Amino acid sequence: MSSNTLRSKRRRSALRTAAFLSPWLIGFSVFFAYPLVSTVYFSFMKYDGFNAPVWNGLGNWSYVFSDYPMFWPSLRNTLWLVLVMVACRVLFGLGVGLLITKIKTGTGVFRTLFYLPYLAPPVAATLAFVFLLNPGTGPVNTILGDLGLPTPGWFNDATWSKPALTALAVWGIGDLMVIFMAALLDVPKEQYEAAELDGTSSWQRFRFVTLPNISPIVLFAVVTGVIQAMQYYTQPLVAGKVASGVIGGSGQQFEPGYPDKSTLTLPQLVYNLGFQRFDYGAACVVALVLFALAMVFTAFLMRRRGGLIGTGD
Amino acid sequence: MTQQLLDAPGRPVRPTEGRTPAARTARRKAALHWIAVHALGVATALFFVLPFVFLFLTSVMSDQQALTRDLTPNSWEWGNYAKVFDTPGFLTWWKNTLLYAGLGTLLSVLSSIPVAYALAKFRFRGRQLSLMLVISMMMLPPQVIIIPMYLFWAKQFDLSGTLWPLIIPMAFGDAFTIFLLRQFLLTIPDEYLDAARVDGCGEFRTLLRVVLPMAKPGIAAVALFQFFYAWNDYFGPQIYASENPAAWTLSYGLESFKGAHHTDWNLTMAATVLVMAPVILVFFFAQKAFVEGVTLTGVKG
Repeated sequence: MSSNTLRSKRRRSALRTAAFLSPWLIGFSVFFAYPLVSTVYFSFMKYDGFNAPVWNGLGNWSYVFSDYPMFWPSLRNTLWLVLVMVACRVLFGLGVGLLITKIKTGTGVFRTLFYLPYLAPPVAATLAFVFLLNPGTGPVNTILGDLGLPTPGWFNDATWSKPALTALAVWGIGDLMVIFMAALLDVPKEQYEAAELDGTSSWQRFRFVTLPNISPIVLFAVVTGVIQAMQYYTQPLVAGKVASGVIGGSGQQFEPGYPDKSTLTLPQLVYNLGFQRFDYGAACVVALVLFALAMVFTAFLMRRRGGLIGTGD
Repeated sequence: MTQQLLDAPGRPVRPTEGRTPAARTARRKAALHWIAVHALGVATALFFVLPFVFLFLTSVMSDQQALTRDLTPNSWEWGNYAKVFDTPGFLTWWKNTLLYAGLGTLLSVLSSIPVAYALAKFRFRGRQLSLMLVISMMMLPPQVIIIPMYLFWAKQFDLSGTLWPLIIPMAFGDAFTIFLLRQFLLTIPDEYLDAARVDGCGEFRTLLRVVLPMAKPGIAAVALFQFFYAWNDYFGPQIYASENPAAWTLSYGLESFKGAHHTDWNLTMAATVLVMAPVILVFFFAQKAFVEGVTLTGVKG
């Protein structure tokens, strides 16, 4: 009798849990599991969206890795972005976070000003930077020229397009600033006082008190930065389109990567292969490469318990 | 590390109270430090603010002057903003963006609340796994599943050329919203829930009457994020709406604006200002909720 009520109680509680989770259970199946399996399926198919899919073995895979001229340049670009853009963002974000904790007058105003660019919608911010950095008449080159400094071609020059994107990314540092600021304010005051009593220099205090305390947050910023760099899409695509002058919502075709493939990233390849070349099979191969990379770093984030993304209690 | 520092011999640098020369030096040092820090603050602020300033100044230049190297306008052409509004489509983009961002946010918050609650407060087998799957969904670049998703919406439902393929999924829980809300709900002590249950509330009523009122700041933060996400989204409208200009959003249309006015940097910059302004206005009214949300994203206490 009592075991029966226990069982029915347990069943009720399982039903209740399922009811609460139901929106997501549907969302997970229809908008995650199904398309993921489907992507794997299409990666082995020749499919253009019109004719029925045909088995293509590893054909799409070998095409992407050895014949598709955009794949390796986009991986090289991503590596560059990880090494330079992510590093600049983390260092600058940490610097601004430190600065804001030292500012004693007008802290609120400074914090708001530092944070605002992060809010600028990516397309709007990118358009603004293409204008600011336009080689001929843009304000930045105007000022650089007046100072007698070199005036690079920025978004119109393959060697300067990624530094220009980095400037744009560093401008929107607000998210990192807030995270670093919170971490810095959490460092126990006594540790600084004790270190100060010992006559340490401010660099030593940073190196031996601040850094060990905030290192999990620095690691979090680096790993999420890497994930963002791999997914980098809107800014490089819009910058390339606008700087090249080839725009038009549905009319003209724009081959992403302008100038000279220097702004290509993996997600742009999915768009190029799938929606411009109608080679859905090859697009799915690139999608799976992107998926694998994203999941490796996400797994890393989740495994670092107690500091990064908490999955425990 | 710290222990090592503590053991190291050193001289105390604490200024003694009073007007000793040592105290004066310390005061002067503090003043210099204040000046240095705030000068650096102003310089950094310039880096963040100047792009906005140049953007705005160009937006009120005349057509001819916007093509020159001039930094400040000779005459202030406020009419540029009216011209932007007169551009065919601009008001439609506004309407579409509000629909996508408004309805999308409403649906995703409503559908995510029960899921986040269950993940934060129920004990059940597979909870850990569910949470890991939510995080994986959150980290999934949208491009990974776009081919099957596009075929799904275009071929099964004939919805390409509309924003519905972006809005409908929001009714089935958004991973980012679920994760953030769950982090927030963890901070509500179980005692409140137990008290409600003792009073005879079912789980649903507990959620409605006890948890939701306490979770308002968290809900405000996720709603803001979701709204901004939709407002800023470029990839979604590019895939589903590009073929039909009547379904374009601001973020997508703005880019074509430069195409239609290819030499008119002044009008393009005025349109850019008009796309940025609402987001920044919302931020000023909801600053606290926003900053709370940013801290929630990564760092758990």
